[in-house]
Amino acid sequence: MTLMTPLRLSRFTATSCIGRGLDETLNALLERRSGLAPCAFDTVELPAFVGEVAGLDAVQLPVALAEFDCRNNRLAYLGLTQDGFADAVRAAVEKYGRSRVGLFLGTSTSGIYETELAYRHRDPTSGALPGSFRYRQTHNPFSVADFTRRLFALGGPATVVSSACSSSAKVFASARRMLAAGLIDAAVVGGVDSLCLTTLYGFNSLGLVSDQPCRPYDVQRNGISIGEAAAFALLERAPEESDTDAVLLLGVGESSDAYHMSSPHPDGLGARLAMQGALDMAGLKPAQIDYINLHGTATVNNDAAEEKAVTAVFGADGVSTTPCSSTKGATGHTLGAAGSMEAVICALALQNDLIPAGINTQQLDPELYLDYVLENRRQSVRCVLSNSFGFGGTNCSLVLGKAVR
Amino acid sequence: MAHELVLSAYIEGIGLLGPGFANWPDSRVILTGAQPYQPLKTVLPAPTLLPAAERRRSGALIKLTLATGLEAIIHAGLEASTLPTVFASSGGDGENCHAICEVLASDDRQISPTRFHNSVHNTASGYWSIATGAMAPSSVLAAYDASFGAGLLETLAQAVVDDTRVVVLACDTAYPEPLRATRPIPDSFGIALVLAPQRSAQSLARITVTLTDVPADRLDDPVLENLRLAIPAARGLPLLRAIASQGEERVVLDYLDDTHLAVDIAPC
Repeated sequence: MTLMTPLRLSRFTATSCIGRGLDETLNALLERRSGLAPCAFDTVELPAFVGEVAGLDAVQLPVALAEFDCRNNRLAYLGLTQDGFADAVRAAVEKYGRSRVGLFLGTSTSGIYETELAYRHRDPTSGALPGSFRYRQTHNPFSVADFTRRLFALGGPATVVSSACSSSAKVFASARRMLAAGLIDAAVVGGVDSLCLTTLYGFNSLGLVSDQPCRPYDVQRNGISIGEAAAFALLERAPEESDTDAVLLLGVGESSDAYHMSSPHPDGLGARLAMQGALDMAGLKPAQIDYINLHGTATVNNDAAEEKAVTAVFGADGVSTTPCSSTKGATGHTLGAAGSMEAVICALALQNDLIPAGINTQQLDPELYLDYVLENRRQSVRCVLSNSFGFGGTNCSLVLGKAVR
Repeated sequence: MAHELVLSAYIEGIGLLGPGFANWPDSRVILTGAQPYQPLKTVLPAPTLLPAAERRRSGALIKLTLATGLEAIIHAGLEASTLPTVFASSGGDGENCHAICEVLASDDRQISPTRFHNSVHNTASGYWSIATGAMAPSSVLAAYDASFGAGLLETLAQAVVDDTRVVVLACDTAYPEPLRATRPIPDSFGIALVLAPQRSAQSLARITVTLTDVPADRLDDPVLENLRLAIPAARGLPLLRAIASQGEERVVLDYLDDTHLAVDIAPC
């Protein structure tokens, strides 16, 4: 494994149920506030909690891009316009040229909610969908990248990565390769996923949705709470000398479970490969990681398998003392946006020397031998690792670090 | 400014399946014009490599990726279990999506667990890794009509930057009504290529890719040209035609609206 050339997250932002932009997100973490609430989305009648982003109905896309209007692209637009992110992208386009800025976005369900709505209004005789339905600009997975590409008039390589809940972690891998190949000088990466019936009823059909706000690593954890989010980062090659609060991408590890479509490998073998791969690419030893942002969905199987993987890579005698937590108790599981959402939380952890607590969890599962953090800790945070795993046995781990350690 | 690597790799194996294309060896003579093209419906083989439970649950995209991917890997004389993969598809399994949306629009919204876990865009990648035992990384891309180009570019970058063989599987399947009216993909079509960073005894051709704004090449046969335009994965056909012709040439492939891929092909 060769070391990667570190990439700077020269601007980043996140919008989820815990807040619009970095300030609100950080405050929610500091206050240990969850954005999860009883599900009142659409006509859904499930005993579930969801992390809904408030105010999406009021978001208006630019007139020229009105045909892209759907919940997912509204969330993308809301997210892109926080924290000066749009200005930073425009500055990168100005600096490097539009064809030298790549675009790599993750989503799992894109704007499929539009299709779900359209299927309620099919023509009673022909079965046709309403004439107002626009598949390409809403439902198709590429829709969010198409929208973003047009918004900034980007001309470089562009794709959506759609590998379920690892999608917007793996965008960092695609961007790293394109930057290393010299094909681009900057990359807009991120993830956007929005509430829809497919995931709410789908996870429910698998018995994986909790009737309470999700409780990762709790002895009584009983499933996920679905959330929605838009999180983005602008990646550029790190300059020789960085500001003291600059955050770098140091390593990416990817693997496949080769085990089962909807259950993780029971020993977390794929997860181990992903974490070890990310550490190797960063040239770091496990002891140099100050915090692990766990995938931590709060399903019985995920947390048990992830614990096995973490203790195998980070532990001694089956016990890991590296501080770790899942932030999904706050944000819910934002699925295809989770990788980027949690990368941004990791960047905040680095900049603020904060180890964010896992919230909702009342009693840690005594069978899980981790230093799972239940109260915020303020201590030096130099390097962190973030896990994202998904259906189909897809795994991705990111290592981020301070530029000045 | 960073050092720009030459985005170049060696094709070691090819898999092809689509309307009128049963496999790569039989398709070469059609693509060179030596035999006429006959647009027969795509025949998808049973995915015998999968365990029975997964085989029963597999839709067209899974069968298509297994057939084309394994053809390319066997052609290259390699083992699937160690190879990273890049899956590129415009929109995944339309049949499965239709079935879910029908249930969600009904009075009883309880969708089947299998339908749900097959609804993720990386379903074919997941089944592939179960079938082949491959624990290597797998990237799963979607770029609407640009999907073939996005897959090829991702694969080349991975082969060159990470110095590894990579398999790209660009595959699309038919959409049922009423989705088909909004996304008229008529049939299953897939291209799989094994790319290697270094020349070997298995090398068929060296390809070098650059971005261009030159318009994409069209196919001379109007029926084949219609196929190229109708199915995103078929946007790769001009590349296969050039390889089949075994000459040194440049082809331009469709990618994004205003950005295309110029591919310089040199037979080995």
